Amino acid sequence: MPVAAARALAHDLIIQPRDHKAEQAALHSLAAWSYQFSSQVSLYPPCALLLEVQGSLALFGGRVALLKKLRTGLVELGYQVQLAGAPTPLAALSLARCQREQMVEQQHQLAAALAPLPISVLDWEQSLLERMDGMGVRRLGDVLRLPRDGLARRLGRQSLLYLDRMLGRHPDPQTLYRPPTQFKHRLQLSSEVEHAQVLLFALQRLVLELCGWLQGLGAGVQTFGVALWHRQGRHTSLCIGIHKESRDAKQFTILLRERLARLELQEAVIAVELRAGKIVKLEAQSLDLFDKTDVRGGVDLLDRLRARLGEQAVKGVSAVAEHRPEYAWRYSEPGHSQKDSNGQQRPLWLLVLPRQLKTRNGRPQLKGELKLQAGCERIESGWWDEQDVARDYFVAINPSGSCYWIYRELSGERHWYLQGIFE
Amino acid sequence: MNLDALLQGTDIWRGGRLSAAVKAVPSGFTGLDALLPGGGWPQGALTEIMMLHQGIGALRLLMPALARLSQGDRWICWVAPPHIPYAPALVNAGIDLSRILLVHPRAQQDGLWAVEQSLRSGHCAAVLAWPTLDDKVILRRLQLAAEAGDALGILFRPRHFVQRPSAAALRIQLAAGIDGGLSVSILKRRGGWAAGPIYLDTSLYTHGPLALHSRATTATGSFRSQWQ
Repeated sequence: MPVAAARALAHDLIIQPRDHKAEQAALHSLAAWSYQFSSQVSLYPPCALLLEVQGSLALFGGRVALLKKLRTGLVELGYQVQLAGAPTPLAALSLARCQREQMVEQQHQLAAALAPLPISVLDWEQSLLERMDGMGVRRLGDVLRLPRDGLARRLGRQSLLYLDRMLGRHPDPQTLYRPPTQFKHRLQLSSEVEHAQVLLFALQRLVLELCGWLQGLGAGVQTFGVALWHRQGRHTSLCIGIHKESRDAKQFTILLRERLARLELQEAVIAVELRAGKIVKLEAQSLDLFDKTDVRGGVDLLDRLRARLGEQAVKGVSAVAEHRPEYAWRYSEPGHSQKDSNGQQRPLWLLVLPRQLKTRNGRPQLKGELKLQAGCERIESGWWDEQDVARDYFVAINPSGSCYWIYRELSGERHWYLQGIFE
Repeated sequence: MNLDALLQGTDIWRGGRLSAAVKAVPSGFTGLDALLPGGGWPQGALTEIMMLHQGIGALRLLMPALARLSQGDRWICWVAPPHIPYAPALVNAGIDLSRILLVHPRAQQDGLWAVEQSLRSGHCAAVLAWPTLDDKVILRRLQLAAEAGDALGILFRPRHFVQRPSAAALRIQLAAGIDGGLSVSILKRRGGWAAGPIYLDTSLYTHGPLALHSRATTATGSFRSQWQ
């Protein structure tokens, strides 16, 4: 139907040019996604995928369960689905193309199941199909009723072979899809998006594709990247880290939501892109053996805090065997700490920088006069790296009972400093 | 039904006696545990610690409980601590550093979010925070989060918060005691009236881990015998 005629019928019609490239990309990403259900996936452009599922039935809990997973998964990704199954690839494709949601289990049932389909479903040349139509052969059943030698003469050997493949009388090996070793999917948005939270909806779809692809590979990731594309080829990149390798779409979505919550978009976004980080082998069973602390919410606390507050905002702490107090500790990765301590009496708070104390009559003051407790610890160290210290340390108490860790420099002006608090 | 049987029932509350059914983490101080419902810091609840001055030992008071909790597999989370929690001192107090989580949010709102998430996650045995906001609604949220995550929520507050109403299950006020000890008053506790002040010798806890452990063990032991 010409555009003008269509417009005459519907005033508010929106015309979009067909984008073959985008269709092809979508089919490829669907193939990558469906690889989780079968290692034998074939592409039938423009809009069909073929999966060998006999070998996957046991793994997914039977035919009904598998089909349900496929259907809900595809709908979540935003597609309309026609599912059909048959013992041969061509029969399954034909049933799906005719929108018959049918499952033919046995080969001997094939002919009967295919009989009502129109012959236009066959990938035959248009001229041949027209000739058949002229002969009054309109349905597949009509074709199959014709005598075989007559068919061979009229259709040619190729077409006969096609029918044999369809009915399982001849093997029909498929060109198998190989999933890419990298995941980088892009989604063009239908309108410009200004709000970071709205992007989550679009990204969620890519997350599902990513997790399906990882599932197919039996792998997980510890990081994934997001690129938000603006006009004129500019983009904003985000990186999301995960404490323990994973392919849990729900977890990824929650982390993305936290990350997007602290994002301030400078420009509108026209496309989103998701990239997998380094892929780590992840056995299927390890997903079931949840950490007992991971049950609540399913998202590691560390990942969630880091997604919202930034990687640097969450740390662990280590004790370091070192005489100079400011070097006797350092930040470390949470859960991985060194515990070297010399057992000396130390305050629970250390000041980020020592603070010089005022003095009165040569005595240090901090909200009143500081009373030095018995016992002085001399620390002289660090001459080798030019960060040397030479100090006398004291425990000191002020009139309100606050207990501090202070030192006096042994050289120079011999100032007093506050370095710690015995909280 | 005789009176004894009646008094055995869990639904009978008797004035002057604290409910033993409350989940609590022993504080390691016999005198204090005897005053606290369940015999320790309330688990799955908020505790507010108000203090007049810094440096009088508010953290030391918590060390035995935190040392015990650090032996488990959950985090001890410090959200926006005012200074650096000094690792050598934590080791001395018997704390397993690998369970320590330090969170440094930039904005105050992010800080409260982090406290709530940590409490609620179930991944934290204890969450320590120093909020300066005075907001009843937020305290209520944090209390619920602590319940959901079965965490010890500890809020350190300046003393003027004493006057404010609060949803925290336990509120205590600290003052400097004699000889580096600590004076503890209980302003609010579940199933009991305000109590104290009592004096605790916390000076011991600035010393080595050995002293600490023996002390904590005795404390729990005597607490048990009291209730059996």
